[in-house]
Amino acid sequence: MADSENLITVKDLTKTYRTGDIEVHALSAVTLNINKGEFVAIMGASGSGKSTFMNILGCLDSPTSGEYLMEGMDILSRDKNKLAELRNNKFGFIFQSFNILPRTSAQENVELPLLYNNKVKANERKEKAFNALKSVGLADRVNSMPNQLSGGQQQRVAIARALVNDPMVIMADEPTGNLDSRTSYEIMEIFQKLNDKGITIVMVTHEPDIAQFAKSNIVFKDGKIIANNPVKERKNATEELKKIAALTAEKATT
Amino acid sequence: MRILNLFKVAYRSLNRNKLRSFLTMLGIIIGVASVIAMLAIGEGSNQNIKASIASLGTNTIMIYPGANFQGGVRAGASSIQTIKLEDAEAIATRCDLVSHVSPVDQKRVQAIYGSENWGTSCLGVKNDYFTIRSLTIEKGSGFTTSDDRAAAKVCVVGITVVLNLFGDENADPVGQIIRINSIPVKIIGVLSKMGQNTFGQDQDDIIIAPFSTVQKRMMSSTTYVNSILASGISEDQINDAVDEISSLLREKHKLAPSDDNDFTVRTQSDISNIFGTISKVMTILLASIASISLLVGGIGIMNIMLVSVTERTREIGIRMAIGAKGRDVLIQFMIESIVISFVGGLIGIALGITVSELVAKFGGWPVVITLSSVLLSFLFSAVVGLFFGWYPARKAAALNPIDALRYE
Ligand SMILES: Nc1ncnc2c1ncn2[C@@H]1O[C@H](COP(=O)(O)OP(=O)(O)O)[C@@H](O)[C@H]1O
Ligand SMILES: [Mg+2]
Repeated sequence: MADSENLITVKDLTKTYRTGDIEVHALSAVTLNINKGEFVAIMGASGSGKSTFMNILGCLDSPTSGEYLMEGMDILSRDKNKLAELRNNKFGFIFQSFNILPRTSAQENVELPLLYNNKVKANERKEKAFNALKSVGLADRVNSMPNQLSGGQQQRVAIARALVNDPMVIMADEPTGNLDSRTSYEIMEIFQKLNDKGITIVMVTHEPDIAQFAKSNIVFKDGKIIANNPVKERKNATEELKKIAALTAEKATT
Repeated sequence: MRILNLFKVAYRSLNRNKLRSFLTMLGIIIGVASVIAMLAIGEGSNQNIKASIASLGTNTIMIYPGANFQGGVRAGASSIQTIKLEDAEAIATRCDLVSHVSPVDQKRVQAIYGSENWGTSCLGVKNDYFTIRSLTIEKGSGFTTSDDRAAAKVCVVGITVVLNLFGDENADPVGQIIRINSIPVKIIGVLSKMGQNTFGQDQDDIIIAPFSTVQKRMMSSTTYVNSILASGISEDQINDAVDEISSLLREKHKLAPSDDNDFTVRTQSDISNIFGTISKVMTILLASIASISLLVGGIGIMNIMLVSVTERTREIGIRMAIGAKGRDVLIQFMIESIVISFVGGLIGIALGITVSELVAKFGGWPVVITLSSVLLSFLFSAVVGLFFGWYPARKAAALNPIDALRYE
């Protein structure tokens, strides 16, 4: 993939929180390019500004100052409704705490973005939602409620929801933060497959082994980017899972 | 298309939170139902009072001794005696605007038949009294003017007296002799049933005898009478008739122009005005109780809505993160609130009407359901429901999606 195809450009992005007299510089002058088809892992200590950065990229939050271009278009000058449309059909979000609606079946949770998308007809909704659930391996759990699903399964519902409108970018903030390592690898397997299909992925994580599944790693410290390197020995989630399966099988026999 | 989607979203949300939807609705149901029932009861008794006062005849004039009417209340006047029998006769002969006149003497008496003993009220009246009050005789006959002239020991009785002396409402007492305060009196007729008056008094618990019979045989004075009942020749001229009577009585009582009247002349409309005021006070009282229950219902709605704000704000955050616009969120919440208010309001109306009907049926209390009470309570609850559904949603929809998502 040629790195000529630029997707996201941010320049001198700052975010300052003011609580009383105290100012917190969550982001100070962050400049970054993300190309189409990238899989970026954003790393750094807690409080270093990773989430703040990701929320601004995803148009969930607005910066104090700076520039943000997506496919050459100025994002920050757009009104709230335009941003909502952008979130609806260009971005898919995945959160550490899943953020799926309680007491709502997997199917209905995944249908939700479609209900806010005028281009999707009513009769297409069910099928699209089902296909998204199938692609994350939940074809048999479409009618399950969140409380009947494991953490990994709930995160997959969230991924299906993020995929259902065919997004260009997936933004994931600590998607594996609440999951055990095997389940985390399963989520990474899904991510790598999506990335192979051309979807750009921006993922926040503080776990170095999870970051190894990405193509490049960015490190934040005190609201600044201190490193931006390609991953040297990129791991393949499918193979890692096979290793784990082999290990557990070995343990079971001994 | 979009609005249809939002209906779907709202429906799913209501369905998902059945308990919350129901509790919110409950506030509206109780508010609406209690206002309708209370106002129905208030309005019912209002109209009942009016009707029973009107049934006395709008043309009726009452003349009492004493002038101590204060704000419609007569202060301890029963002992004053200023009206004479000859006043009644003078009104009959000299007042052109008066068609019927009867002096009225009233006394608590003990009536005895065989071993039965019954305390009741005995009225001494002229024949005109029956005409003025539109009383009719059910069995037997009324007394005649010659009975009155001869102070004949005859009477007509009400159905309650028949029941208590003869053991059965349907007994035929005509021709029987009863003792009224030891005086043997022959029953010559039974009054048609009148039922209770506005104040719950049994109007059938009465004995009516010729005026002179009562006056000569039971009353201490033969000159003065308790009161005079009269009727005007027409309703339009009733106030002129009152003036006519007043000037006649002033003349007969030899009052100087500076003296106050030593009697009071009242018309039926004066009395219905007094009771109109009383029942208005009662309606206001019921209405204030009702508005308190509306308020309580409103607070109930508010509480449920506010308690769910945290949960709902997160939900709004999720919705906005996946592409809902502020407008979409607001429309969804409005639809939810409208559905809750509407369904709750309709159930409240049905419940209010049912309660009113039950009160009418088992409480024997007249109820009148007015359209205004239905509309008022429905509108109030709908506005409260809408406001508390809309207001938190509006606040949440104005937040950055991330702040809504993080809301605590
Ligand atoms: N809403 C907020 N109000 C005030 N300070 C905030 C808010 N959100 C984040 N911060 C501060 O901004 C800094 C960066 O936070 P965050 O981006 O969440 O870090 P990370 O995701 O890397 O752990 C932290 O110091 C945090 O305390
Ligand atoms: Mg974070």
